[in-house]
Amino acid sequence: MTEQTPKISVRPEFRQAAVPQMKEKVFELKGIDVLYSGVAAVRDISMEIGRKDVTALIGPSGCGKSTLLRCLNRMNDLIPAAEVQGELLYHGEDLYGPNVDPVQVRKLIGMVFQKPNPFPKSIYDNVAFGPRVLGRKDGLDEVVEKALRGAALWDEVKDRLRDNAFSLSGGQQQRLCIARCIAVEPDVILMDEPCSALDPISTGKIEDLMIELKERFSIVIVTHNMQQAARVSDRTAFLMVELDAEEHNRWGRLVEYDATEKIFTNPADKRTEDYVSGKVG
Amino acid sequence: MTAFGGAEAPRNRLAVAGARATTAAMLRDQPRGDVVRNAIFAGLLLLAVLIALAGLLALLLQAFTKGSSVLGPDLVNNPPSTAFPDKAGYRPAIIGSLQLIAGVILFVVPVGVGAALYLEEYADKSRWWNTLIEVNIQNLAAVPSIIYGILGLAFIVRGPLDLGFILAAGSLTLALLVLPMVIIAAREAIRAVPDSIRQGSLALGATQWQTIRRQVLPAAIPGIATGVILAVSRALGETAPLLLVGATVFVTFDPTPFGTDGYSAMPVQIFNYAVRPQEEFQTLAFAGIIVMLVVLLAMNSFAIWLRNRYEQRW
Amino acid sequence: MLQAQNKRYGERAIKWLLALCALLSVLTTTAIIVSLIGPTVGFFEIVPAGEFFFGVDWTPQFEPPSFGVLGIVAGTLNVVLWSMLFAIPLGLATAVYLSEYASPRVRKTLKPILEVLVGVPTVAIGFFAVTFILPEIIVPLWPGELLGGAAGKPFMALAASLGIALMVVPIIASLSDDAMRAVPRGLHEGAYALGATKAKVATRVIFPAALSGIVASVVLAISRAVGETMIVLIAAGSTPNATFNPVESIQAMTAYIATTATGDIASGSLDYKSVFAVGAVLFAMTLIMNVISIRLVRRYREVYE
Repeated sequence: MTEQTPKISVRPEFRQAAVPQMKEKVFELKGIDVLYSGVAAVRDISMEIGRKDVTALIGPSGCGKSTLLRCLNRMNDLIPAAEVQGELLYHGEDLYGPNVDPVQVRKLIGMVFQKPNPFPKSIYDNVAFGPRVLGRKDGLDEVVEKALRGAALWDEVKDRLRDNAFSLSGGQQQRLCIARCIAVEPDVILMDEPCSALDPISTGKIEDLMIELKERFSIVIVTHNMQQAARVSDRTAFLMVELDAEEHNRWGRLVEYDATEKIFTNPADKRTEDYVSGKVG
Repeated sequence: MTAFGGAEAPRNRLAVAGARATTAAMLRDQPRGDVVRNAIFAGLLLLAVLIALAGLLALLLQAFTKGSSVLGPDLVNNPPSTAFPDKAGYRPAIIGSLQLIAGVILFVVPVGVGAALYLEEYADKSRWWNTLIEVNIQNLAAVPSIIYGILGLAFIVRGPLDLGFILAAGSLTLALLVLPMVIIAAREAIRAVPDSIRQGSLALGATQWQTIRRQVLPAAIPGIATGVILAVSRALGETAPLLLVGATVFVTFDPTPFGTDGYSAMPVQIFNYAVRPQEEFQTLAFAGIIVMLVVLLAMNSFAIWLRNRYEQRW
Repeated sequence: MLQAQNKRYGERAIKWLLALCALLSVLTTTAIIVSLIGPTVGFFEIVPAGEFFFGVDWTPQFEPPSFGVLGIVAGTLNVVLWSMLFAIPLGLATAVYLSEYASPRVRKTLKPILEVLVGVPTVAIGFFAVTFILPEIIVPLWPGELLGGAAGKPFMALAASLGIALMVVPIIASLSDDAMRAVPRGLHEGAYALGATKAKVATRVIFPAALSGIVASVVLAISRAVGETMIVLIAAGSTPNATFNPVESIQAMTAYIATTATGDIASGSLDYKSVFAVGAVLFAMTLIMNVISIRLVRRYREVYE
């Protein structure tokens, strides 16, 4: 049993972990709200994400996990009606500061999407796209091979790098997207339910991959699959939907955030316990 | 009807109306009358289709039977001649048409694709001026071609641009005529590229223009090419605007884009032959029509083949 | 670390360049309106508006000239109305056939063939109208001396009307077919499940449901017919004649413009200005019809998409 981590209560009903064992913080979220056209989708999220951890965001549908994830690489910028309030620090720097370039942010913080979205190009060109965009012209063969090996896909595609990416199976396409992402050597990889569109065998392969990848990258993963979170992640955050008094508006809240083992075996909050034991959600 | 309120209302209202009408109809009619009535109805529909097809067939047959006698290399190589109709041809008109559509393509591709990219990728759709541009393009697509001729006469040949009655002016006039078609087709092609591709590209740290240039545009090219070919074939067949911007009917030398001695085009030359009563000129007109129909059919078929072959199935 | 690595002026420049391309379309419309307004105003300084809008004698070449635009508007309407009389039933029947009766294979071959008609140059259709439709179809089939008879006339409105109908049927058919196919399958299935026959479903259920799209296609067809030049220029005649009699020759607005404005006509002359005045009327007519058509299309798209 891990030792009790001290909890700092900001609000009595929600708990947040400022974890001293965290070697280095990648993200610090302080009171993050996300609004779409003025309506809150996610409220008052405060947490810290550790370097080279796999951090899982779990919770029922509609609680804003993906919305929160997209804040971390400024993909919410693409939605004109979206607004992010609060403080979000990346290695101590304000991610939403006035001089910050979202393009630069995304070179450091990559993303893998729920439905595999390979480009309509060859396998090689998919992986090489990122480096090429960064201005790299030579040594691409090595970069592509390294990335495909890192995504556990090299052996399956090494003889057909020029084939169209759509000729791969769903699971292979998703690993291709992961290879594409790691080819630019980011600092963090965000994964938005990466296995929900895949079959169980592909899912297993990608889960094993995640454990390998965390040696090199910090990973934040949104998942519906609790077993996946329990198996793969170091820390887990549980979010839930909260309704306002008249039950018109709904938004997501962070209920509990702690070491994964604790969340799944001995959660501090009853709502967490209800969710992970399958009573709710 | 409260159960059918909200966004579903119009659809459900129609469903109920339809159900009511058919039930009433069903209860009113006898089955035997029905069969006969249905057969007659279907027959009338088929007749209508056949009439339309017969019209097209008659047009094609007439042109091919009456014009084929003069088909041959002379038709393409010789200039028109009123004195020697048996030696007359379409040479200046063919060269003129080729140069005209070359100019149209040079103008319409960058401007049309550029406008489409702006409207689809950059413009904030909630702004009023962007809606204005959209509505404007839709209207321009339906303005009669002769109005473009007036525009050409007042603005391009004379007026601010003052180019004179030269082929380049005719080319620009035709380009403005078909530009809305190209913009609309290019927009469809760009819109068809799924957003997930753009998101994937941006998430890797590409800029907006890099995403457009390396992902969106390449994927949209088949659709854009099809639109351009269809627009060009429309420009090829237009006569009225050219009449107003100086496609002088009688030109015997090879025209040039900036030459001030006049120019001609296929449909204009056909028109010139068509309005002369002598049978030799009528035959020449039909021959010109055959040439145009063959070229246009080839172009349109190529455009459709292009679209089917390279259409991305997402 | 999070700052932009280079200023990327190129990105902003590209955005402005592309915006300029889009702006050109607005410029075109402005140019059309501006080029029409000037000479039109000059025209009305000489010719009283009352004579123009209410007069039926369009005789610019007489001394003194008469500029009653109804003389040529009547010509245009004559041709357009008679063409719609044929085009609308044929077009709609074709559309109903395509969307409700034709098998997918028949549809696949038929629709492209109809699209071919749209691509035929109007000069060819006009020539076909005057060399075939007039002598081989109208003259033999026309009942004797009705309305003055059809024999011995080299040009007539009806010939142009039928030519225009041929050009316009595919437009009505294609767009109405699209509108009917946009009607949800649920409506079809519900009606058939109630035991309705194919004819009833097509006419009582699908057709009304697609009505705004169908009307839009008809309005668009009328707009195309009004703006059409070559067919009327070749087949309908060149003397203004304020009549709706289909077997007489008339001059349409577009034909007047095409005849008068070809070649070097003096910029300041009254004839030159009259071209623009007629052009302004034509532009206004088609603009109104196009706006109506676009609104209708938007409405049917909203309901079903």
